Amino acid sequence: MSFQTTKQNGVVVVDVDGQLIVGNRQELKQKVLDELEGGERKFLIDFANTGYIDSSGLGVLVSLSKKIREMGGELRLANLNEDLRTLFELTKLDTLFNIADSRDEALASL
Amino acid sequence: MGPAAQGPLPDDARERSGGGAASAPPATAFALELPSDLRVIEGAVGYLVERCRAFTAGGSRLTLNFRVGLCEALANAMLYGNGRDPEKRVRVEVELDTSRVEVRVVDQGKGFDPQEVPDPTAPGNLERPGGRGVFLLHKLMDQVEYRGCGNEVRMVLHWSTPLRRASGE
Repeated sequence: MSFQTTKQNGVVVVDVDGQLIVGNRQELKQKVLDELEGGERKFLIDFANTGYIDSSGLGVLVSLSKKIREMGGELRLANLNEDLRTLFELTKLDTLFNIADSRDEALASL
Repeated sequence: MGPAAQGPLPDDARERSGGGAASAPPATAFALELPSDLRVIEGAVGYLVERCRAFTAGGSRLTLNFRVGLCEALANAMLYGNGRDPEKRVRVEVELDTSRVEVRVVDQGKGFDPQEVPDPTAPGNLERPGGRGVFLLHKLMDQVEYRGCGNEVRMVLHWSTPLRRASGE
């Protein structure tokens, strides 16, 4: 499992390779917070290679979303598989996040 | 990664099998014991999913309901049950056949009251970072029952039951 960070057209893109769960959520949180402190304001988290997220992972996304918004920034999520979309619907977090079908769609909206 | 982060192996030498039609794998039961180390959860869930694959064609009941539900139960046991005390263990007992899986997760803590957890989907709670674990457990599993002083959770998931949505059953 890893979180790879790159920058594309002024957007910090985080590729999540593996599951986002209680055992690794702090790593993602710290990476994004470091970029936020460094002045970055546009973020995209790409879940193309993620099978599942647990409640702790969802909690970190909620926390980051709030923090980014408070700092005047924007966050997009992209490439959620069917299970992840169901998870966001069950928790009603699909109403809280801006979720794009693809990376390109997310980048175009930032 | 240290030894504690390696994938778990069955510790129960009394693993038993029996019953079932000739074309179906026989029902099986086994147990794991895990340290209270959050890093072992992914490996434990992965191992149990592979064991389940012999009994189900897969689909979201396995890849979403089982994986996330089990993950929540293990995290609760380690975080809130055992208080992340490395001396305390989490026991996972599994009964598996072609119609269902039953999992009992037992920690060595004092238990907790699941009734105290507020609804995380209520508008005022949506932006709270925590409080979704028990909610997801109940949404994703067909039966969830707390036993003992609340330090044991018994969960049942049927492989063929349609996935329940937030809007209803």
